[in-house]
Amino acid sequence: MEHILSLFVRSIFVDNMIFAFFLGMCSYLAVSKNVKTSFGLGMAVIFVLLVTLPVNYAMQTYVLAPDALVEGVDLSFLAFILFIAVIAGIVQLVEMVVERFSPSLYAALGIFLPLIAVNCSIMGASLFMQQRIQMDPATSTQAIGGFGDAFAYALGSGIGWLLAIVALAAIREKMAYTNVPKPLQGLGITFITVGLMAMAFMCFSGLNI
Amino acid sequence: MDAKLKQAFTEPLSLNNPILIQVLGICSALAVNAQLEPAIVMGLSVTVITAFSNLIISLIRKTIPNRIRIIIQLVVVAALVTIVSMVLKAFAYDVSVQLSVYVGLIITNCILMGRLEAFAMSNGPLASLLDGIGSGLGYAWILVVVGAVRELFGAGTLLGFQIIPDACYEAGYVNNGMMTMPAMALIIVGCVIWVHRIFTSKN
Repeated sequence: MEHILSLFVRSIFVDNMIFAFFLGMCSYLAVSKNVKTSFGLGMAVIFVLLVTLPVNYAMQTYVLAPDALVEGVDLSFLAFILFIAVIAGIVQLVEMVVERFSPSLYAALGIFLPLIAVNCSIMGASLFMQQRIQMDPATSTQAIGGFGDAFAYALGSGIGWLLAIVALAAIREKMAYTNVPKPLQGLGITFITVGLMAMAFMCFSGLNI
Repeated sequence: MDAKLKQAFTEPLSLNNPILIQVLGICSALAVNAQLEPAIVMGLSVTVITAFSNLIISLIRKTIPNRIRIIIQLVVVAALVTIVSMVLKAFAYDVSVQLSVYVGLIITNCILMGRLEAFAMSNGPLASLLDGIGSGLGYAWILVVVGAVRELFGAGTLLGFQIIPDACYEAGYVNNGMMTMPAMALIIVGCVIWVHRIFTSKN
């Protein structure tokens, strides 16, 4: 339990998807123009992470790992293709389920759901999880040793992403009224803002939990 | 026709640069360039993958049903990335450890999907190949510039060779540790965009 909690908190603040690993940067920069839509995208990312990571965990342990599916066969070279297929398939599935059972949530998420298939944060989280499965839970707080850990990692990474995009959107809303040098307007100043935010988040990296 | 081919190759280098103008493929562009060597390897890998995925998709574009084209594109890209990742592990193991998950993340690099959707699906194989090489190189030169700046000021070296002379260190020069932090990648890319816009808007 303690391990799950520290994994959860670490993945929000210390191993933040945006500020520590730059994952999901494209949609992060493109959609963060106002708080409301960026909150919608953040929720969609959490949702998809929560579904895909446990499935990819199962894939990794029961299909891809050496000797898992067939004795003496190591299928780990299929990881990229299998992970991206799972992500694309689940995004499609989640879209249909949400549309059928919760039209209001579907309307709120709108165009973002299908786009998440190519959001690097989902694929990145799966690949990081693949690395972390090999770590030893007794010595490393980053290790992922079961479905509970995979859930905690997914939820934490998703919340960290949501936090980052809502914060940037709020800053950009205010920044619309400031006088930025012409060539720096738009993309340039956004990059520098994110850089400063990342610097602020770096102070969490000393956190020992 | 020749002019069109030339344009397909040169436009992504500056005027329609994937990172500076189209804002595609930022994730890996920021994460792998704390040093020059991984930045060069990453740039080359992405160039190879964009070139060949553009070529392959362009060759089979007339046979792809419209509704499942995204999955087909993803599978082609994922297969190419798997090949590149294996080649890196075999011939440049140290760099592939440094790049870690970011090689796999080339699959979700938006440059690939963007060029496949916008160019390869509607143009011939040769033009697509050139467009892929151009986009890849347009991505690579940003990585190399940022990687060079960060390694030079962060560690005083380039490709592992010491550039800043010992005399400077004796006179009190200190490496800027900030440069090796992830946050500086964002700020340097922001500055590259700034300089690039100053020059392109004059024309």
